[in-house]
Amino acid sequence: MLRLLAAAAVGGLVACQSVPPSPQDRVVLLPDPDGKVGRVVVKAAGEERTLDAPYAAAEIVPGGRIKAVTEDATVVAQRYAAALAARPPRPVAYTVYFVSGRDTLTPESQPVVAEIKAELARRPVPEITVIGHTDRVGKLEANDALSLKRAEAMRALLVGEGLSAASIEAAGRGERESLVSTADEVDEPRNRRVEIGIR
Amino acid sequence: MSKLTAVFAACAILCGQAWAAEPAPAGTVKSAKGSVSIERDGQRLPLAAGDRVLAKDRVLTGADGAVGITLRDNTLLSAGPNSTLTLEKFAFDSTTHAGTIDATLKRGTLSVVSGKIAKSSPDAVVFRTPSTTLGVRGTEFVIEAADRGDR
Repeated sequence: MLRLLAAAAVGGLVACQSVPPSPQDRVVLLPDPDGKVGRVVVKAAGEERTLDAPYAAAEIVPGGRIKAVTEDATVVAQRYAAALAARPPRPVAYTVYFVSGRDTLTPESQPVVAEIKAELARRPVPEITVIGHTDRVGKLEANDALSLKRAEAMRALLVGEGLSAASIEAAGRGERESLVSTADEVDEPRNRRVEIGIR
Repeated sequence: MSKLTAVFAACAILCGQAWAAEPAPAGTVKSAKGSVSIERDGQRLPLAAGDRVLAKDRVLTGADGAVGITLRDNTLLSAGPNSTLTLEKFAFDSTTHAGTIDATLKRGTLSVVSGKIAKSSPDAVVFRTPSTTLGVRGTEFVIEAADRGDR
């Protein structure tokens, strides 16, 4: 009888050791397309660790112990394949330029318009912001109106290409955000622009 | 028009609100594969590419699901299968780039590419798992939250 109980006790101990490991949460820092990283500060149950190198990672067990490791790039690509494949396309920005005092594009801006069209065709759900600017020739209020007119001219062009007006946000910043700093009333073609953001 | 957008449009009309008066969304779904749904105001609805995401929404993916969402500050979020993500807080001023993001991954996997808010305000972007708080300073990363048995 005693032998049976001993066997049962040993059997019980063996069974305890095959309990699955406690759930772990993980975070892995990834390099951007230029290979650069920022930082993630990991806090768990009173402990704190900073991740600031490509593939620096932290594993956290319940109770909060943080284990700092460096992950292998291939392992990360496989383990998180579904989430990484579902990444939306990265936002891009373009600038087009306008003839002085008008809402007409310069001839040099036409190839940029072609690039924008090509980029939009690659995105199933494009959202566009169009922000108009002026140089400092003319009154503040007139430039507010002109910059908005330029943004709206770009929006009309994009709607003509088949985009819904609802997916395009247009705004004018007047002469407030010069790309190139000038004194008042200075003609500066580089400030007569519309900046187009696509996300 | 997706089912979610149709429900939303119906509510907007019934509530007598002009379409333009609804609060700015937090983001837009760029892709949805397999089983992807959203919980909002106690309702659970399927989620599709083109749908809006609002602050306080909970996004859920099934065993075959994956979803990609771009927030208004250009933060890119994407979740793999069996994931539950709640966007607790989102605010963004498109002129100053000030704002807040606070999101919790209860289970599953999430990839994040941070956007304008993280660039302008280092303490304004926080991601959480059941065990951890992550302060994000302008970077890309993946998070995994283990399945603790409850969705």
